Amino acid sequence: MKAFTDLYTAIDQTTKTTAKTKALAAYFDTAPDTDKLWTIALFSSRRPKRTITTTKLRVWAAERAGIPLWLFEESYPIVGDLAETIALTLPPNSRTHNASLTAWIETLRALDHADEDTRKATVLDAWDQMGAAERLVFNKLLTGGFRVGISRKLMTRALAQATGQDEAALAHRLMGDWTPETTTYHALIEAQDAAASLSRPYPFCLAYGLEQAPEALGEPSEWRAEWKWDGIRGQLILRGGEHFVWSRGEDLMTDRFPELARARDFLPDGTVIDGEIVAWDGAAPLPFNDLQKRIGRKTVPKKLLKDAPVILLAYDLLEEDGEDLRARPFADRRARLDTLLGTLPGTAPVHSSPLIPFKTWGNLAESRARARDNRAEGLMIKSAAGPYHAGRKKGDWWKWKLDPLTIDAVMIYAQQGHGRRANLFTDFTFAVRHGNDLVPFTKAYSGLTDAEFRQITAWVRKNTLQRFGPVRQVRPEHVFEIAFEGIHASPRHKSGVALRFPRMKRWRHDKPLDEANTLDDLNAILAQYG
Amino acid sequence: MVLEFKPQGIYCPAGDFFIDPWHPVDRALITHGHADHAREGHNRYLATDIAAPVMRHRLGDITLDTVAYGEVREIGGARVSLHPAGHIPGSAQVRVEVGGEVWVVSGDYKTTPDRLCTPFEPVRCHSFITECTFGLPVFTWPSEADTAAEINAWWTANAAAGTYSLLGAYSLGRAQRLLSLLDPAVAPILTHGAVEATNAILRGQGIALPDTIHVTPELDPRAHPGALILAPPGALAGNWARRFRPASTGFASGWMRLRGVRRRRALDRGFVMSDHADWSGLNEAIKDTGAENIYPTHGYTDIFARWLNEEGYNAKPVPTEFTGETFEEDGA
Repeated sequence: MKAFTDLYTAIDQTTKTTAKTKALAAYFDTAPDTDKLWTIALFSSRRPKRTITTTKLRVWAAERAGIPLWLFEESYPIVGDLAETIALTLPPNSRTHNASLTAWIETLRALDHADEDTRKATVLDAWDQMGAAERLVFNKLLTGGFRVGISRKLMTRALAQATGQDEAALAHRLMGDWTPETTTYHALIEAQDAAASLSRPYPFCLAYGLEQAPEALGEPSEWRAEWKWDGIRGQLILRGGEHFVWSRGEDLMTDRFPELARARDFLPDGTVIDGEIVAWDGAAPLPFNDLQKRIGRKTVPKKLLKDAPVILLAYDLLEEDGEDLRARPFADRRARLDTLLGTLPGTAPVHSSPLIPFKTWGNLAESRARARDNRAEGLMIKSAAGPYHAGRKKGDWWKWKLDPLTIDAVMIYAQQGHGRRANLFTDFTFAVRHGNDLVPFTKAYSGLTDAEFRQITAWVRKNTLQRFGPVRQVRPEHVFEIAFEGIHASPRHKSGVALRFPRMKRWRHDKPLDEANTLDDLNAILAQYG
Repeated sequence: MVLEFKPQGIYCPAGDFFIDPWHPVDRALITHGHADHAREGHNRYLATDIAAPVMRHRLGDITLDTVAYGEVREIGGARVSLHPAGHIPGSAQVRVEVGGEVWVVSGDYKTTPDRLCTPFEPVRCHSFITECTFGLPVFTWPSEADTAAEINAWWTANAAAGTYSLLGAYSLGRAQRLLSLLDPAVAPILTHGAVEATNAILRGQGIALPDTIHVTPELDPRAHPGALILAPPGALAGNWARRFRPASTGFASGWMRLRGVRRRRALDRGFVMSDHADWSGLNEAIKDTGAENIYPTHGYTDIFARWLNEEGYNAKPVPTEFTGETFEEDGA
């Protein structure tokens, strides 16, 4: 595991993308195939099955370090990462080892059926053979999650460099439901026929936010526009008489949205559609809040199926009659999609997401202003001639979102962040005024600069009124402008509302407490946009 | 009580003086020259002779009395002496004895020796007011030699690749400690003005430091290929550092023990080195005082006090306005 640990450390020790890619490519050049396969898996969120609970790991680590468990637990939020907390707390190792990454993963997998004493002995024994850096990597294998500033795109690029393959083709090969247990490095990367599994999705084409006026895009006739829906991006695959639904995060969601099974009754085999899964009231999407109830549920109770039925709002056709259409221009793909869907009845679970006609950018701006009335969060603008790219590529797809809603609120609670933000107060609760009271209505974690977070952290330390575990009640003094994408009624919240994507837009140094917005203001926004 | 905790800071009623007060007072005993301990506006100051030149440089024309380590002063009804704290040159713990009862204020301290400071000496006492900046078991420091080797290896590799090495360090203390560990054979060592000013004072006191070149506006970076540039952390991020390109950036601090903190600073390298005691250093120092009553001040005071209570001490956290080792400018 030395080579893999060195790779991890090298990546961790630089902020430069080129250096990271170089380190990865060098690793792919020299590592054995089994280790390469696991490395690809780990850097594409395919972690080995957890065989030991994190609760046990905490207990064993504290015991080995000779500290009470509570002290370990207090240290964890400050470090911000469990694997790291364990690595830092354990006493120095007394031995070393030469086992490979794959060998250690095999050892851990064998623990799946072992009794607790064996598990504990194996883990303590492993810790005692590893230095701090290696322990961190090992603990990451135990706890899952390998976020080290290596995006999947970067990993794919390095693999492309090391193997001489085309990056986009490689990205496609790496999609889908393979695991190191079900394939080999050769079959996954090198074999001529990638043995395309029926369920394998295409890499999603991703858009950039439009940061300037659309006039900069040039001639309007060269572009197409659609609503930008607030749902779940999904890819519907109909192949071999089966259907599969993938999320953008490559979760297989087929069983979560059983309504989409009926797509097989309406569409031919060999079809792959890109679109947005939305809860549907028969004529328009329901607010995201309704869809949210269905996220995270593997099986859906009948009532929910009735209250929040989903459909796929289709906006792209990636495969037709088994043919990959991605290289064709968007206008062509879109015309085929409309032909395919045009004859379907309204009861079909797949609808076409309409194109929004426009002659001038001014026309389009008027449409954008009506996005909220159409239950959309803005517009997508796509180049008529553009292919369907693998991943995020600037130039052909743009999202032109509405400006967020905003409200000025008072900070009342603060909590320290995790990971990169450990040691700073970054998680805040905000309130609106109601008579002489302050009513909490949202939390927010992002939007301030590092310098502002440091400034507010110093202030929180000096202005804590009361502590509730890790949460500090602070003097109500600072007003922040909170931006959010949507609002809906929520009986679970004290204020009666829940916000979508709340964040701190601005620290309103200029506003005294009594100029913060009120609960009435908040309810007015709810009445208008909820 | 021999010492009390007042809004201005730690106070001795028998001697009518404060220790490192954060608001102006008549008489202030100062443990060391860092800005959160040595503040402006007091009528009279007392510090060690070694700490005096830096304090004069930072605070200007002050009424400053000095003592040697271990020298006893009678102030009112209190017997007062200063003892090595091992934090930066001249840093002291304050021992206060009134009617046979002894209290010690640690100031900032480090129990392991370095090449510049008088080594830390444990002082027996009944009550110990201790800092605990790094009072969590995750904070353990590698040996100074290991960190020095790591920094020199990084510098050597950068120099070989034609890259500058930008190393951030607080201008008083950490910068000079790093200087004492750098291998001058690798390439020239350049310094930011804030670092160089402190270097000059310490050199004037007879503390040996390797040769350095002050970065002035006229300095041509190309004349010093592979140089290591030592600067306060704030200067690394700004325009000042842009003249040195390409560069690899590093920072030496106890906080570099945490990956999250390293990543937040977007540094290429974080080196674990602190002028504060680590977890085992704190625990040993407390044990060596023989004290029953422990008052943890700045740092993870609540957690550390709970730990000490379970270990059989009578510990109570005390809020102060000291900042300990921060990520920012020269507060430490």
